[in-house]
Amino acid sequence: MSFQPVHFYQTGTFTVGNRLLEPSERSVQANIQRTNSLNSGHRACQGCGEALGARYAIDAAMNAARGRLIAANATGCLEVFSTPYPETSWQIPWIHSLFGNTAAVATGIAAAIKVKKHKGEMGDVRVVAQGGDGGTTDIGFGCLSGMFERNDDVLYICYDNGGYMNTGVQRSSATPPAARTATTMPVGPEPGNQFGQGKFVPAIAMAHEIPYVATATVADLRDLEYKVTKAMGIRGARYIHILVPCPLGWGAASEDTILLARLAKETGIFPVFEAENGEVTGTLKIRRKQPVEAYLQRQKRYAHLFGKKPAVETIARLQAAADKNIRKYGLLDQEAN
Amino acid sequence: MEKPFAITLDPGSSLANHTGSWRTSRPVYIDRLPPCNKQCPAGEDIQGWLFHAESGDYESAWRHLTRDNPFPAIMGRVCYHSCEGVCNRGQIDAPVGINSVERFLGDEALKLGWKLTPPSSESGKNVLVVGAGPSGMSAAYHLRRLGHSVTVFEAGPMLGGMMRFGIPKYRLPRDVLEAEMQRVVDLGVKVNLNTKVDNILNTMQDGKFDAAFLAVGAHIGKRARIPAGDAAKIVDAISLLRSMEGEEKPMLGRRVVVYGGGNTAIDVARTAKRMGAEPLIVYRRTRDKMPAHDFEMEEAIQEGIMVKWLSTITQAEESSLTIEKMALDDKGFPQPTGEFETIEADSLVLALGQDVDLGLLDGVPGLEVTDGVVKVAPNMMTGHPGIFAGGDMVPAERNVTVGIGHGKQAARHIDAWLRGEEHVPAPQHEVANFEKLNPWYYADAPKTVRPMLDIIRRQSTFDEVQGGLDESTALFEARRCLSCGNCFECDNCYGVCPDNAVIKLGPGKRFEFNYDYCKGCGMCVAECPCGAIKMEAEEI
Repeated sequence: MSFQPVHFYQTGTFTVGNRLLEPSERSVQANIQRTNSLNSGHRACQGCGEALGARYAIDAAMNAARGRLIAANATGCLEVFSTPYPETSWQIPWIHSLFGNTAAVATGIAAAIKVKKHKGEMGDVRVVAQGGDGGTTDIGFGCLSGMFERNDDVLYICYDNGGYMNTGVQRSSATPPAARTATTMPVGPEPGNQFGQGKFVPAIAMAHEIPYVATATVADLRDLEYKVTKAMGIRGARYIHILVPCPLGWGAASEDTILLARLAKETGIFPVFEAENGEVTGTLKIRRKQPVEAYLQRQKRYAHLFGKKPAVETIARLQAAADKNIRKYGLLDQEAN
Repeated sequence: MEKPFAITLDPGSSLANHTGSWRTSRPVYIDRLPPCNKQCPAGEDIQGWLFHAESGDYESAWRHLTRDNPFPAIMGRVCYHSCEGVCNRGQIDAPVGINSVERFLGDEALKLGWKLTPPSSESGKNVLVVGAGPSGMSAAYHLRRLGHSVTVFEAGPMLGGMMRFGIPKYRLPRDVLEAEMQRVVDLGVKVNLNTKVDNILNTMQDGKFDAAFLAVGAHIGKRARIPAGDAAKIVDAISLLRSMEGEEKPMLGRRVVVYGGGNTAIDVARTAKRMGAEPLIVYRRTRDKMPAHDFEMEEAIQEGIMVKWLSTITQAEESSLTIEKMALDDKGFPQPTGEFETIEADSLVLALGQDVDLGLLDGVPGLEVTDGVVKVAPNMMTGHPGIFAGGDMVPAERNVTVGIGHGKQAARHIDAWLRGEEHVPAPQHEVANFEKLNPWYYADAPKTVRPMLDIIRRQSTFDEVQGGLDESTALFEARRCLSCGNCFECDNCYGVCPDNAVIKLGPGKRFEFNYDYCKGCGMCVAECPCGAIKMEAEEI
């Protein structure tokens, strides 16, 4: 899944820009005239991964749709910090839905556009729906599944920070095992989320055999932009699931946001791949493999695993889960061959 | 605009919300000092000229380089490139081949006939430079560029000093040397060859010079007291290397013994080898204790040069030498063992170091001479006002690069002194060590390119045999630079800011922070590949 040929320049293609590359080969974010879909003045925490991920994704979508884009947004952090009425940071046509019905609202917008196009009243306009993991994997899941099975012409983007962060860090069905939240066992020796619960929605989206499903993180901008651009070139239901670290909910330093996203991918905890019509067609390989501790130890939500008596067994289970991802998605080069 | 009840702002903007007020520390753009630049004895801005070379703009790179050092083609061949030893890239894969890129730029300049920038105005001051070696010619160049009238007095018949009479041709082809010397002369530097200065004060008075820079070098080979028969052929290394420049090559015979363990000893042995002799180096200590650079020793061994370690020469006869074996004591000093052997030798070359001929300074008041070299202040001025000195004749490590650096420093101080001022060098930035970088962002060398890289490495150490880099390999090598501590406009800060608080100013103009919105998360600092941003506490 090479997003562009590797140029052996100072930094290759890992950085946002590269003065040695042709402008057409640079990232959307490197452009001095990028949309800045989510503008300054929003009230996200310092180092917010979701604010960053949303700008990355929507700027890329705006670029692909040549500025003709409407976004429906579920209730959640992203909506709360960006749009306390009457202010908004959004620089695009944007509608706030209920917590649970964003996919349905987006479906409606897409249907309306289809009719208006048919009547010759407007040209092509693309539709994006977006929400956090709570609005996507829990509350909005029925509407989402419906949008998938009808193959509505909507790109749904889920920003996954693993919990209900703006209401005080409650557990969602995307909270990873062993992570502590306000609503997982508040006392006792094992305050983390239980193993064997929750769900991985990208796999469920694949089961709908929709045209395109992908995962991404805020640590790999080029990969993220490649996937959004590719998804925008496809008609029908598409789903992109972006891991966005949350300094508040994860108990991490604000400058570590991108590092944590990178470690989630490099450990295998979060597999980065793409799938078409239900089949995995590409994976972003691990570049420098790390043990899961490298990821866990930087977050206070896992601090209970590293007390005076480290929870060796729990850590081993998390490592086993990461190893399983590596096997399942072929995240290491030699395993792919 | 009439607003509905309880509405105070126009829709569509959050810009009234100055989130910068949340901040307790702020990011600031800085330039840190790359380790290579800190290390360079000639004070080159290595990262700076590599930056231009990376985009293929070799002329700008060469112009940037020659601001500090006018001799890149020479440097690219004879510099010991200690910069590469401290290169941060060495901690990722292998150091950037700085020296080989420098040589490429130097050769490119010679090939395309690039000229040094002439001075923009004349100062009317007259400066004398004594000695046309690396230090003297470097000073002449820098003084001339500062607008002074410069005259070089050289005792020898040609320009170059030790670069000609101390460095063999296989390390520095003479056409390269001459071309780079001539380029300095073309700036309007006057040169008087075969002109030995016997008394510096008289010469300065006669020529109405306002200041002088002395760089006469160390040309007198040290002798050792070796009892020798009348017919024994003993020469010193410097005379031998000098005579290689003349019409008549020295007659050394087949078996040549070189006594010493420095770079000069190896140069002589390798020269003798090229003349068809069988050289043997005799050194009183062991390989790890020898002052010569290890890569030179390695090359000599590869060329088939033999070495007798832990040996001193006690007697020289017409066709043989007596050698005493040594042993290192507890402190690492060689001690005689009383064990002798005789080896065959047609000639003996002494490479035991060099002394400075300080005759021109006789009778100059205020000078201080210690251990045969002239003491200078940090501004390179001797104890006598207006007389500056550098290169091998002052206390310092003796090599071409150090000499060139002295020439540059002295020129700046002379320039200030002539105006009755003091040159205060800009304070050094903090060093961009490896911990300040985010190495994730630097691409690994693609596997297909690796073998080529190794060839480049070999080329840069076997220059005389292998030749320099071609354009594509030089570009490749330049692009391996990490740009430590200096923004190279990768757009990372502009991209990773969740608050759009970084303003991109456009190519060559870098970036600015918009402190109205910067919340001080520090992500730009963490994700800057080259360590060109740092956090500073806000004053609250």
